[in-house]
Amino acid sequence: MKRIVILGAGTAGTMMANHLNHELKRADWEIDIIDEREEHYYQPGYLFLPFDIYEPEDIVKTIDEFIPKGVRLVKGKIDRVQPDNNHVLMADGRVMNYDILIIATGAKIAPEETPGMLGEEWHKTVFDFYTFEGALNLRNKLRTWEGGKLVVHITEMPIKCPVAPLEFAFLADSYFQNKNMRDKVEITFVTPLSGAFTKPKATEALDHLLQDKHIKIESDFAIESVDQENKKIIDYGGREISYDLLVTVPTNKGDEVIERSGLGDDLNFIPTNKGSLQSLANKNIFVIGDASNIPASKAGSVAHFEAEILTENIKRYIHDEPLKEEFDGHANCFIETGHGKALLIDFNYSHEPVEGTFPFPGVGPLRLLKESRMNHMGKLAFRWIYWNMLLKGTHIPFVSATMQEAGKEF
Amino acid sequence: MEKMIAGKTIAVNEEGYLTDFSQWDKAVAEEIAKENNVELTPRHWEVISYLQGEHKNQVALSIRKIGKSNVVDIKEFYALFPNGPLKISTKIAGIPKPASCL
Ligand SMILES: Cc1cc2nc3c(=O)[nH]c(=O)nc-3n(C[C@H](O)[C@H](O)[C@H](O)COP(=O)(O)OP(=O)(O)OC[C@H]3O[C@@H](n4cnc5c(N)ncnc54)[C@H](O)[C@@H]3O)c2cc1C
Repeated sequence: MKRIVILGAGTAGTMMANHLNHELKRADWEIDIIDEREEHYYQPGYLFLPFDIYEPEDIVKTIDEFIPKGVRLVKGKIDRVQPDNNHVLMADGRVMNYDILIIATGAKIAPEETPGMLGEEWHKTVFDFYTFEGALNLRNKLRTWEGGKLVVHITEMPIKCPVAPLEFAFLADSYFQNKNMRDKVEITFVTPLSGAFTKPKATEALDHLLQDKHIKIESDFAIESVDQENKKIIDYGGREISYDLLVTVPTNKGDEVIERSGLGDDLNFIPTNKGSLQSLANKNIFVIGDASNIPASKAGSVAHFEAEILTENIKRYIHDEPLKEEFDGHANCFIETGHGKALLIDFNYSHEPVEGTFPFPGVGPLRLLKESRMNHMGKLAFRWIYWNMLLKGTHIPFVSATMQEAGKEF
Repeated sequence: MEKMIAGKTIAVNEEGYLTDFSQWDKAVAEEIAKENNVELTPRHWEVISYLQGEHKNQVALSIRKIGKSNVVDIKEFYALFPNGPLKISTKIAGIPKPASCL
């Protein structure tokens, strides 16, 4: 009997466990999935937790309930992969061997990369919202905060869900208005990019929204350090921005297990074929989700599209057939804009987000790159879809793994 | 799109980045630099030729990578090409603007 080992039981690993459990002949293949945690966190919920829109119990469930019966869930910390002899070493000394390895260890924040970020004031006046603890502590802070300068900040790209910081700024605008204190809060959005987003047409629409909502943007800001004592951030060019409350997205990196295994680049992301999802260094290692270095968004929706293609490629690999280089970087993201509205963007490696309708060309009901209530309903529905469809590897009706060009105004 | 740079017709994109590196030369670089208020010194040229080399080897450029290059540290990179060194230096070097990953 041969063995597939999946590293990480987060969004992408769980999807792969479910797909492969359906698709592989179980007499021939054993499937193992490894994670050190007990809980599965719905990370898109971290955006809503600080504003009291979601409660902690809305976004945390146990890992076990999403792993199908035929798959063995192994709990524990992965120490390293030894690709030369197909071994996974666990921190407690266990050794597991594999015929095929799927790496889905994700990405996480690395605030220690920026001098001064992790000082005394961490989670007091300097917060992240990319972890459960960060989002929860920030919620508690916001409940009693009396106002001042709120700075929403991105350290460097790439980050998970690159629109989340913007959404945070939009939701903050809405939140403080509802609390009748918008006039006491100055919101500034600070980014290393030259505008609100990386793609021109979406940037135009988003820059406009920032203006409408009286959110100041400071672009091209590459942070050198945080000065917690004087409450300011400083960039390499000497530019300084002061804050009373700093909400930052620290550098995002792959897990240290990638570094220990010598499999990653300088941010611990694994060099991966962007079409087939096979690792460039080892033919029997595949990478899915935030752990890879492919130039696609690090998002759950992307992992979902990848999973359909990777499942096909694993079957081909097993049958010695050539892999399909079919993944096109398809991403589909709702962008909360506050006040019960949202935008939707749909794009891939070669097409930037544009206006149009989704998923039915010319019909919708969702509109691309335009604010609407319907899109907001879509964003809230995403949580249900995530727990009940995405993780289980269910195909979402009418939404294909590769991007559809009809209905879009290129 | 085309633009007159240093007396020559040069192919550029909407943002003014060269689309054909073979049209690049030092005079072109000087003029783009001037437009961006940068006065080119020998240090600038070293960085420019490093960037061109990386581009030729298909290395994706980022501030972080350049900081670790041993050619220039981030602080100096900012001093040489103020306000957005990566996008200004690549424009002067005649190579595409680095796609900041999504
Ligand atoms: C604030 C925020 C908002 C977001 N919003 C959206 C959104 O609206 N839409 C969207 O599509 N996506 C969104 N995302 C992104 C989405 O959550 C991620 O892209 C997705 O979860 C990636 O899945 P993954 O499986 O690659 O990584 P993860 O889900 O992070 O899973 C990685 C798993 O690996 C395990 N692991 C790692 N290292 C080890 C080790 N050494 N030993 C044992 N186990 C290990 C971890 O415990 C974890 O369970 C958002 C993310 C954030 C942070």
